[in-house]
Amino acid sequence: MRIVTVRRISQGFFLLLLLWFCLVSTMGVEWWQIRGWPVSWFLELDPLVALGTMLSTHTLYRGLLWSLVTVGLTILLGRFFCSWVCPFGTIHHLVGFLGSRGKPLAARVASNRYRRGQRIKYYLLTFLLTAAAGSLMLGLVRTPADRPVLFVVGAAALVLGGAAFALSKSAATPRRYLVLLPVLFGVWIALCFFLPAERVLLSSLQTGLLDPIPLVQRSLNLALLPFVGAAAAPPRYYEGAWLIGTVFLAAVFVNLWVPRFYCRFICPLGALMGVLARFALWRIGRTGDECKGCQLCETACEGACEPRAEIRISECVLCMNCVDSCRHDLMGYRTVRSTSGERTSPDIGRRGLLLSFASGVAAIPMVRLSGLVGSNWNPGLIRPPGSLSEPDFLKRCIKCGQCMRICPTNIIHPAGMEGGLEGLWTPVLNFRIGRSGCQLNCVACGHLCPTGAIRLFSLDEKLGRKEFREVGPIRVGTAFVDQGRCLPWAMDRPCIVCQENCPVSPKAIFTREYYSTMRDGILVVDGADPPTVVVADGHLEPGRLASGDYYCTLVGSNGEPPRRIVDNTHNSVTVSPGSPWVRIPRRGSSIAIQVRLQRPYVDPALCTGCGICEHECPVSGRRAIRVSAENESRNPRHSLMPRDT
Amino acid sequence: MNRRDFLRRAVKAGISIAAAGSLSLWLHDRVGPGRGEAKGDLVRVPDFSLPELGRRIAIVTGTNRRETVGRAIEALGGMDVFIKKGDRVLLKVNAAFASPPVLSATTNPELLAEVAGLCFKAGAASVVVSDNPINDPVSCFTLSGIDEAARSAGAKVMLPAEGAFRTTTVPGTTLLRGWPILWEPLQGITKLIGLAPVKNHHRSGASMAMKNWYGLLGGRRNIFHQDINTIIKDLALMVRPTLVILDGTTTMMTNGPTGGSLADLKQTNTMIVSTDQVAADACGATLLGITPADLPFIIRAAAAGMGTADFESLRPVRLSVG
Repeated sequence: MRIVTVRRISQGFFLLLLLWFCLVSTMGVEWWQIRGWPVSWFLELDPLVALGTMLSTHTLYRGLLWSLVTVGLTILLGRFFCSWVCPFGTIHHLVGFLGSRGKPLAARVASNRYRRGQRIKYYLLTFLLTAAAGSLMLGLVRTPADRPVLFVVGAAALVLGGAAFALSKSAATPRRYLVLLPVLFGVWIALCFFLPAERVLLSSLQTGLLDPIPLVQRSLNLALLPFVGAAAAPPRYYEGAWLIGTVFLAAVFVNLWVPRFYCRFICPLGALMGVLARFALWRIGRTGDECKGCQLCETACEGACEPRAEIRISECVLCMNCVDSCRHDLMGYRTVRSTSGERTSPDIGRRGLLLSFASGVAAIPMVRLSGLVGSNWNPGLIRPPGSLSEPDFLKRCIKCGQCMRICPTNIIHPAGMEGGLEGLWTPVLNFRIGRSGCQLNCVACGHLCPTGAIRLFSLDEKLGRKEFREVGPIRVGTAFVDQGRCLPWAMDRPCIVCQENCPVSPKAIFTREYYSTMRDGILVVDGADPPTVVVADGHLEPGRLASGDYYCTLVGSNGEPPRRIVDNTHNSVTVSPGSPWVRIPRRGSSIAIQVRLQRPYVDPALCTGCGICEHECPVSGRRAIRVSAENESRNPRHSLMPRDT
Repeated sequence: MNRRDFLRRAVKAGISIAAAGSLSLWLHDRVGPGRGEAKGDLVRVPDFSLPELGRRIAIVTGTNRRETVGRAIEALGGMDVFIKKGDRVLLKVNAAFASPPVLSATTNPELLAEVAGLCFKAGAASVVVSDNPINDPVSCFTLSGIDEAARSAGAKVMLPAEGAFRTTTVPGTTLLRGWPILWEPLQGITKLIGLAPVKNHHRSGASMAMKNWYGLLGGRRNIFHQDINTIIKDLALMVRPTLVILDGTTTMMTNGPTGGSLADLKQTNTMIVSTDQVAADACGATLLGITPADLPFIIRAAAAGMGTADFESLRPVRLSVG
C-alpha cells in the first residue's frame, strides 16, 4: 500500500473518531449517547493544552499526561500529528486538495511555496504561552525575596559560569558580559523589591482561541453539530454560535486560496511541534543529487517546507506527498540528512520574538485594567457549578465547549464579552435559552472538563450532603425577585411558579400571604342573606370572583380573617360555608374584595442559583426572578452572608 | 446588429419580463399579513371514560404498591373490565421533575410497571407512557426510574418532541382555548389511565390526579398559575380518563410539588383507584390532612359535573393488604 493511502486512512479514522466523541457527548440513554467514551482524548493528546496549563497552573491535570505520547513521538518523528492525527488538519488538507484540483502544476507549486508569513504562528505561540506564564514569571521575579538562598547560590553559579565562559572566549566579549550580568541581576532585584509584581504579572490561558483541537471541538460542539442536528430533537441553541461557526468556516474556506493556510500561518500547536521537531531522528529529505528539478514534489507539499531545496524541518508536516510523487525516488523519510541541506529551526527573528514576548506579558494586565476579575466583576457571568474562582478559571479554560455540549438542559453557553476579552467563549449559564435550570442531580460538566477549570465534583459536594454538610451546597449564584415585574408583587395576580419549581428542600423561595384589595374593590353593602351579601353598586362580572383566589372582608373589622368567595353575581358575593360571617354585614357598611396573594421571597442561605425559577417564570421576556452571581461558592468575596452557611 | 440577433434578443427580453411579471402577479398579496392566529385544525382529547361502569372507587391500604394497586383494581371488577383485548393504552405519569423515585415527586416506577403489566395481561395491544415534564425530559424520565420501568414492562416511552403538540379548545372552559397540548402520545389511544402521587402544592393546595393532566399541556403553561383552580377544573373537563390511580403510599406533606428531602414525606400507605377523578382527589386530600372543601378546584370540578367531591357517597371498597 502507498504511504499516502495509509496516511489518508489514519486521517479519516481520527477525524471520524473526533466526530464520534463530540456526538456522544450528550446525556441520555440512547446507544449513541455518553457511555464512558474517552471524549476528551484529543484534547488530552494536545501538548499545547498540557504546556499552557502547566505554565499557568504549574500542574498537569489528570488525562493531560497523554500529551507526553504526542510530545515524545514528535521529538522522534517530527510533526506527524499534523498530517496523521489532527482532525482540523485533515479538514484543511481535504479542502485544500479539492481547491487545487484542476489547477496547473505551476500554480500548485506556487501556492505551496514557502512564505515569510509562516513565521507568524511562532509569534502567536510565543504570545499565547507568555500570557499563560505570568504566574511563573512572577515566581521567578520573586525569587530573591521568596527563596534568597536559592537565588544567591544560583546567581553565584551564573556569575562564575559567565566569567569562565567570557574568559575562555576572545578578548572582545569579556567586558560586555562582565557589565551585562551585574546589570541584569540589578534589574532582577529591583523588579523583585520595587515592582508590585503580583499586579503586573498575571496568567491567562488563551491558547484555546487558536489551538486547533479546542477550536475544532468548539466549532463542532457549538456550531456544526447543533446546525446539522437542528432537525433532531431536542434542538440545541448556543448564544453567539454564529461567530464560532464563522471563524471555523473562514479557516476552512481560506484553504481554497492557500492550502493548509491555518496550519502554515496560524496554528500555534503546529508551531510548538515545529520547535519540538528540531531534533527529530527521522526526517524527510533528498536521498541523492540526481534531481531533475521537475518540482512534482512541491505540487502537493502540505507544509510548504521546500523539500526540493533546503527542507524546513519545522514546517514539514510529514504528509509524505513528496516521497510519493517523486518520479526518481529521490525523496525519503530517513535518519540521514537531506543531500540538499536542511533548516532545523524556525525562520524567526529575535526582534519579532521579543515583541511577541513583550506583548504576551503586557496583554493580560492590560485587559485586566477593566477590573472584571476584581471589583468590577460582572454578576451576569454565572459559571457552571464547580468552576474555580475567576483568576484560576481563566488559567485553565481552553474554550473547547465540552461542558456546553454535555449539559442536559443546554444552559451552558459560550460567553461573548460577559467575562471581558479573555473570557470569550468560556462557559456562562443562560437560563432563558435552555430547557430548565441547572439540574440538581447532575455533575456532567465537571466530569468532562479536560483541564479542571470546572473541578471534578461529586453529587454529595454539589448538594452539600454527608462530609460537605458543613460547607453547604455548591452555589452558582442567587435568585433575586424583581418586585416591579413579579405578578403577585406588581400586578395583584397570584402566581408563585418560582416557588413551586424551587428544587431544594426546604425551598429557597418562600412566600408571605398578602390580601390585596382589588381596584374598585370597596363595595357598599345593600343587604345580607348569609352567606351571601348584596352590594349597592352592581358592577361585578358574574362568577369572576369564584376562582378560589378572591376573599372578602368587612372594612373596619380588625383582626377578622378574610372569607373565601365561592360565587358572585353582578351585585352579590357568596362566601364559603367553611368561613361564615361572624357579624352579618349591615346595610350601609362596606366590604372589601381582596385577592389572596402569595408573594415570593428568596432565602440566600438556601438558594443555589440553579436558575429553574428564572427559567419557569411566566414573565417570559425579562424574567421577574433572575439569578445573578452573587453568593457564588467559587468566590467567597461575592458572598452575601456574613458567614457562608 | 443584424435582424436575427435583434429578434433573438427581443425574444429573450420578452421571456424575462414575462417570467418576472407572472411570478410577481402569482405571489401578489393585496391584503398583507393578518393578526397571526393559530393555524391548523383543532384537536380534541377523546372521552376515554366508561360511563356504563358508573363511578367506582377503591381505597386499599398497604405498603406494597404492586399488591395494593392490584387489589384495588380487582375490587373495581378487575383490569379486564377497563381494558379490552386490542386496546391501546396511554399511561399518563407524573414525571415532572428530575428526581429519584425515593423522593416521591414523580410516579413510582414499580407502580407503573405493575399497571402496565396488568394492562398487557388484560389484552392491551400497546401501552404508551408519556408526560411533558417541567425539568429536562430525558433527565426526568431517566432519574425518576420511569423510563426503565416502562421499558422493562414492555411499554413504549414517548418524550415530548417539538412536533408532538397540537392545538385544542375545550368547550366550557375559559382558559383552554387555542392552547397546544401533547398530542402525539394520544394518537390512536383507546384507553387512558392517569398515575399520580399525592403531593403538597403551595399554590393550589395539592397536586393529585386532576393536576396531573397539566403534563399534557404545552406552551408557556405557567401563566395558568394565575388562576390555578380554574385551570385544574378545565383540565378535568379536557381529560376524561378510563381510570385514575392516585398513589398515597408515600405522601409529600411539605415543600411540594418538588420535595427534595425524605423529611418532606410521610408514609400514608393508601392506594386510591377510581373512575371518578374528582372523588379520587377528594379522598387524596384527606391524606394531606385537609378536606376537599379546602381545595376550590375540587369543589369547582364537581360543580362542573366532572365527579363528586363526596367520595364516601360512592361507597368506596376499602381493603387492607399485608
